[in-house]
Amino acid sequence: MADAAPPSSPTSESPAARLALIAVAVIFLGFFLFLPLIAVFTEALRNGVGAYLAAFDDPDTISAIKLTVLVAAIAVPLNLVFGLAASWAIAKFEFKGKSLLLTLIDLPFSVSPVVSGMCYVLLFGGQGYFGKWLQSHDLQIIFALPGIVLATVFVTFPFVARELIPLMQEQGTSEEEAALSLGARGFRTFWSVTLPNVRWALLYGVLLCNARAMGEFGAVSVVSGHLRGLTNTVPLQVEILYNDYNFVAAFAVASVLAGLGLVTLAIKTGLEWRYGDEISAAHRR
Amino acid sequence: MSQFRFRSPSALPGFGIAYGFTWIWLSVIVLIPLGAVVLWAASLGPAQIYAIASRPQTFAALRLSFGLSLAAAALNAVFGLIVAWVLTRYSFPGRRLLDAAVDLPFALPTAVAGIALAAIYAPNGWVGSLVPFRIAYTPLGIFVALVFIGLPFVVRTLQPVLADVDRELEEASATLGARRATTVFRIVLPTLVPPLLTGFALAFARAVGEYGSVIFIAGNIPGVSEIAPLLIITRLEQFDYAGATAVATIMLALSFVVLLIVNLTEAWTRRRLGRG
Amino acid sequence: MDLKIRDLHKDYGQFPALNGVSLDIRSGELIALLGPSGSGKTTLLRAIAGLEIPERGQILFGDEDALSKSVQERNVGFVFQHYALFRHMKVFDNIAFGLRVRGRARRPAEAEIAKKVRELLDLVQLSGLEARYPAQLSGGQRQRVALARALAIEPQVLLLDEPFGALDAQVRKELRRWLRAIHDETGHTTVFVTHDQDEALELADRVAVLNKGNIEQVGTPDDVYDRPETPFVYAFIGDSTSLPVTIEQGRALFEGSPLPIGAVDSPDGPSRIHIRPQDVTLANPDDAAVHGEIIGLRRSGAHRRADVCVGKARSRIEALLSPETDVSVGERVGLAFKGFAAYPQDPTPPKLGLARAA
Repeated sequence: MADAAPPSSPTSESPAARLALIAVAVIFLGFFLFLPLIAVFTEALRNGVGAYLAAFDDPDTISAIKLTVLVAAIAVPLNLVFGLAASWAIAKFEFKGKSLLLTLIDLPFSVSPVVSGMCYVLLFGGQGYFGKWLQSHDLQIIFALPGIVLATVFVTFPFVARELIPLMQEQGTSEEEAALSLGARGFRTFWSVTLPNVRWALLYGVLLCNARAMGEFGAVSVVSGHLRGLTNTVPLQVEILYNDYNFVAAFAVASVLAGLGLVTLAIKTGLEWRYGDEISAAHRR
Repeated sequence: MSQFRFRSPSALPGFGIAYGFTWIWLSVIVLIPLGAVVLWAASLGPAQIYAIASRPQTFAALRLSFGLSLAAAALNAVFGLIVAWVLTRYSFPGRRLLDAAVDLPFALPTAVAGIALAAIYAPNGWVGSLVPFRIAYTPLGIFVALVFIGLPFVVRTLQPVLADVDRELEEASATLGARRATTVFRIVLPTLVPPLLTGFALAFARAVGEYGSVIFIAGNIPGVSEIAPLLIITRLEQFDYAGATAVATIMLALSFVVLLIVNLTEAWTRRRLGRG
Repeated sequence: MDLKIRDLHKDYGQFPALNGVSLDIRSGELIALLGPSGSGKTTLLRAIAGLEIPERGQILFGDEDALSKSVQERNVGFVFQHYALFRHMKVFDNIAFGLRVRGRARRPAEAEIAKKVRELLDLVQLSGLEARYPAQLSGGQRQRVALARALAIEPQVLLLDEPFGALDAQVRKELRRWLRAIHDETGHTTVFVTHDQDEALELADRVAVLNKGNIEQVGTPDDVYDRPETPFVYAFIGDSTSLPVTIEQGRALFEGSPLPIGAVDSPDGPSRIHIRPQDVTLANPDDAAVHGEIIGLRRSGAHRRADVCVGKARSRIEALLSPETDVSVGERVGLAFKGFAAYPQDPTPPKLGLARAA
């Protein structure tokens, strides 16, 4: 050993061990991450571009896309407003019971999507607590747009808040206090001091919230009723096409969702590289 | 004389409205609906929940979901550690791409991942046609989907901790004569136990409740490859709210027990490690 | 074990950390590597340990080439600035670690390890704490565990990186005396790095002063304090201020008039003379060759410090006075110098700001 060449770094593995570990990681990620992604696009284009595009002529698919955009357009702003209110109260003030509130806000992340949908069925479904009352007033929540929106809001509930809270806590209150001491009103302070400081984190949270809102499957599946052309969102449409053995169309529609996911991931990664410290250290999850 | 004060005084305005709105919206969207589940479960009572759970189909689904979720989280703990290690400590071409790709299971809608995995591991798929046994439509297929969905939790929990490991500890070990492997296994890995447990717990919790990426590859044969979340949906479609609630309650209770054990172990290791 | 370091080079990218350092360390001595941050002192220590691989040069442990050995094979005891204790191991296991990881042939029996650890705990006065975790110890106690752990492997040389840097002033003084006692008892060749000149002068047999990757001077504490060889050492060790002068045939001229300081052993041309505050005395302005105006008076411990503004260029000279001296700000005074050092004018004059601010 004594005559061996000194190692390049005394606190790292030998080059052979490194290479082996890198190979294991690359193969593992290749199998589990890249292969499915490639499969989506390959299967979608299996019968050529014409067949791919034809998948989007289906009126059911078109109405599914419209419904998904509509649901996201309602759910994301609702959670944006909630996220701003919650992070203002939690990050800028000291009060009793703060950690309980934080835990409750994170709750939807630890509930199975199926259970998220189920709880609305228990409330508003035919045999649910308010089922009779709703029926007698001719109102429908489950198997209709309101149920889909509620389930989507539930599963995307924490996204904006949990991006904003750690960052706003880090930033403290001194800038707001300075603005107030200079004579700015409360809303003006929030608009011109607080918001600009968290803009990238806000964008980041909204992006993740939107991607999840458009891609949610389990929770929406429970409350939607799967009425073609009426209550089918894009992910549910993928399921129906797939179960009809219409694989090319299923993967074609899926590729749109995959594209949305990839764009979100790309912007998110870009934001992390470019504005890492403005998104807060706690953003990784 | 100590006086209870709900909130410390502050010069900033808007606490009342923001705080009030937070609680109202939280109640409407999350607390009341989840409360409905608790109410349903309470009205059933433990005896009836137990009776439902011990039906062969329910029991098989729960055993399948929990067994495979634990196995998938365990596999992810091992490979997630290797991936996190490689991504944090080595520099090689494509590292940043690989790092970004770890988030794919978060970014890809579950239904998309589900049909893609089913296509790859089906008997005529890219991987399925290469192996002499069936993967898709068997419990093994479910396992594959659960590994996919849990991977980022372990990697993302480990990465920041691994980046923060004090290199001086490794240098100290080397100056004391320890070979590199000894240093890795006796000095570095023990400090990674708490985040590894956290990552394991997160991956497990996600896997137990996972639906979208699993059902396409699962086969969904009752008693063989039917997962608990699917059973809940089946019961709801039969308007058997009691049956669905019972399965959900047991799922939540079992998850809670597993997470409690993991968290206690983690707290215990963390307390022992303290600050060196 | 004596150490020979020959022409050691180490670069971090563009910036040379060690610029051809040569140093002989005698067996059994306690030597300090002293310098400001970025001077290369820690790099030198880590290179001796094998934690840094130098580009060029030679390190000999006795007659053995150390550079061909890995850090594991060098058998050095290294005490890290922040101790680097293994926090998942008890004190006992921390100290025993170096013995337990030895190959089967060289590993002592567990009973022998236990005996050795007990001895070391006794030596560092921590008996009874072997079952504690590092998190349950004070800073000074952790430092002593780190030292015991390094001594357990019976190192050929003991290396300490800023050993007292993370401790508060009171503990620091106490541990300093204690480290000296341990060194005298065990007789290890010991090298420690510090940026604190008091620590280096008080503790070490010899001091090596480093600056920008070069060794400026090696010598006993008296050598470096009383006979500094370079302007850097003069400025870095102890306080001093300086005046620009011109040397002409062994006489120092300040703004054209000769300074009454006797012969100056320095080549002709522009030069600087450096004076320590305690070597400056006040004189009658009419008799003195150098005049100035007092621009500031500060109380400093048992003394009074006066800032005196001198000459047309208004150079600042600091004087250490007895507190009874009756002077006031704005007063014109004459200055006399009891001692000085002259160095040829550097294109960049030595930075006096580096001197300890008292």
